[in-house]
Amino acid sequence: MGKIEWAMWANEQALAAGLILLTGGIVGVAGQFRDWEFAAYAIAAGVFVCLLEYPRGKRNKGTSVERTGQYCFTVCVKSFGPLTRNYYVRAFLHAAICVPGGFILATVLGCVCLGIASLIYLAAAIRGEQWEPILPRKESARKPVGESIKLPPQNPPPRPPAEMRRKRAEDLEAAAYVNPITVTANDD
Amino acid sequence: DPAVWVMTSSWLDLQVVWMAINIFLFLWFYFFYDLGDQFFYTRHILGSALAWARAPAAVLNFNCLLILLPVCRNLLSLIRGSFMCCGRTMRKQLDKNISFHKLVAYMIGLMTAVHTIAHFLNVEWYYNSRLGKYDDLSMALSSLDDSGNTTFLNPIRSTTTTPTLLVFTSVAGITGVIITLSLILIITSSMEVIRRSYFEVFWFTHHLFIVFFAGLVIHGAGRIVRSQTTTNPPHNATFCKDRIDDWGKIQECPVPQFAGGFPQTWMWVIGPMILYVCERLLRFIRYMQTVKYRKIVIRPSKVLELQLVKNGFKMDVGQYVFLNCPAISQLEWHPFTMTSAPEEDFFSVHIRSVGDWTQKLIMDKDKAMQDFCDKLKMGVDGPFGTASEDVFDYEVAMLVGAGIGVTPFASILKSIWYKFKDSNPKLRTRKIYFYWLCRETHAFEWFADLLQLLEREMEERGMGSFLTYKLYLTGWDQSHANHVMVHADADTDVVTGLKQKTNYGRPNWDKEFEQVRKENPTSVVGTFLCGPAVLATVLSKKCVKYTDVDPRKTKFYFNKENF
Repeated sequence: MGKIEWAMWANEQALAAGLILLTGGIVGVAGQFRDWEFAAYAIAAGVFVCLLEYPRGKRNKGTSVERTGQYCFTVCVKSFGPLTRNYYVRAFLHAAICVPGGFILATVLGCVCLGIASLIYLAAAIRGEQWEPILPRKESARKPVGESIKLPPQNPPPRPPAEMRRKRAEDLEAAAYVNPITVTANDD
Repeated sequence: DPAVWVMTSSWLDLQVVWMAINIFLFLWFYFFYDLGDQFFYTRHILGSALAWARAPAAVLNFNCLLILLPVCRNLLSLIRGSFMCCGRTMRKQLDKNISFHKLVAYMIGLMTAVHTIAHFLNVEWYYNSRLGKYDDLSMALSSLDDSGNTTFLNPIRSTTTTPTLLVFTSVAGITGVIITLSLILIITSSMEVIRRSYFEVFWFTHHLFIVFFAGLVIHGAGRIVRSQTTTNPPHNATFCKDRIDDWGKIQECPVPQFAGGFPQTWMWVIGPMILYVCERLLRFIRYMQTVKYRKIVIRPSKVLELQLVKNGFKMDVGQYVFLNCPAISQLEWHPFTMTSAPEEDFFSVHIRSVGDWTQKLIMDKDKAMQDFCDKLKMGVDGPFGTASEDVFDYEVAMLVGAGIGVTPFASILKSIWYKFKDSNPKLRTRKIYFYWLCRETHAFEWFADLLQLLEREMEERGMGSFLTYKLYLTGWDQSHANHVMVHADADTDVVTGLKQKTNYGRPNWDKEFEQVRKENPTSVVGTFLCGPAVLATVLSKKCVKYTDVDPRKTKFYFNKENF
């Protein structure tokens, strides 16, 4: 599996885990489960993970597909610099976040899913992958045109030499233009 | 063409029927558990969460039965073959396999979520009840133990356990967690991004379905969903629920007895599981059959053409095969559309270096050809897919191939030409308009060569007007345009060497349809596309727009095939 970018899968898994953690947390709080405080934590943790993982990173090879409306999230995540760029940080972060979820039933699934995502991120980090933001492509650089193109032309358009331009009565065929009215020879 | 209309509505019918069955199962089992007398006491502790857990379970049973069926491609091919007599529509329906598989998978995901949440609630209510947080009746019910002459209702027998601990010490709990995790991993690795770019991750993770089904079958073995059994004398719950202290002491209220439901999931899924095992066996047998290399051609731009021969192999136009090369990877099978016509005595595929597997295959061609044939034994499974035979039924055919979608048209164009030369009565086509759209022809020079060859042969027979084709280079830039400007006088197009000039940019479909209509004022025109969905929408709209209301004039029919 030479060219797999593990981070792509880790990202899908982490986003799913965030949603599952969030859902489990809501169930735990709404159902007023014992130790519901862990569920409340899971809601916050789930939202955080979702926000962090929503913007997809740029792929090394091939076209990167953005998630709908991810640009603002990309900007936020990008602003944390190396903290969000480095996948080791993410791996350990997810591992740490998931632990409290394991304490109550409603969030245990979210905890395990996030743990798995953390492992995949670890694999990605070991292979040297990094999170790069997907930024809108700048207009492809056209060949820079000289400033002179913006000024009106200084020279007249190219024409054949003056001798050829002037119509000669004896050689009307070779003339460069047609007369709108008949020409009579100049009698000077 | 009524066949086209019926095909679309058959697919819709299947979805409607499937959804109707799902709704029926959900409601049936919901009310079974929510109204049944035998669950009266169970419901006292769990409320409607019981029904909310059991109804999705029934829907899950049904869908887990279904999910294995669409991917039994050999089986479906056999069924398709035996339905030859029943017309094309049934067969096309069976080819919507992957779409159906995904639909069923979404339902499984959704129902798993509902089922799991409901059971989380159930475990919590059972736990609370055991600790006496609810009323006396709950307490009494939960205290019933599996000893002497009592049977338990509440699966939580100890007062020192926690819901999480219960889950991990019961068969249902452990299997539940394992299979849900497998499902989640399968789903995340099946997202389009992963599937299209990292096929191996998708394919290998998908095999967690084995874990899924194994866990699913034993999931109910613990029998922890309990209902009240009939005792002699009977225990009437409505009467006895307020007389807890009298249980076992008066005639009307013997101690209520409970038993778990018989696990049923295996009954639903055992059939498809066996069918799937047969399918894999069949694939293995086919793989073991000898496939010989007839010819291997190295095409420009890292494209490899393999011409293969296999005993008893019969194909139709536009079909695909799965190839496996154990020297590269034991387990991977990759689909390739066939580029040969059924009239040829071999079948061929053109392989581009796109992913790991194809790259390795092409790198190995650098070794001596003889080595190649010996070392790279190939397994072939197939053929599968829509037989695009409709294309022969139209007097006039508009064929549109975009990008890699041009591949099945190699097969189709060749077959049309063979049929024409043999005066095959199946061929009603008298004129073909072929539109080839791609960013650049670099990787498809083999196809350009094919078009040139066909063009030459047609001109030799004075049939120059049989095939009209236009190339659209949608990825042109200034240097291309400059090149063309300088060589505009040359008779042949410079980019591909094809006689008819290449066009830059995308086709103006209005103009094209106008032209076809003008040149064929009374014909039925079939439009076939192999390309992106966006283009399908455009073309189908144009077909409607340019079809004349007058039945004697030109009619356009759009066929979107999933080649």
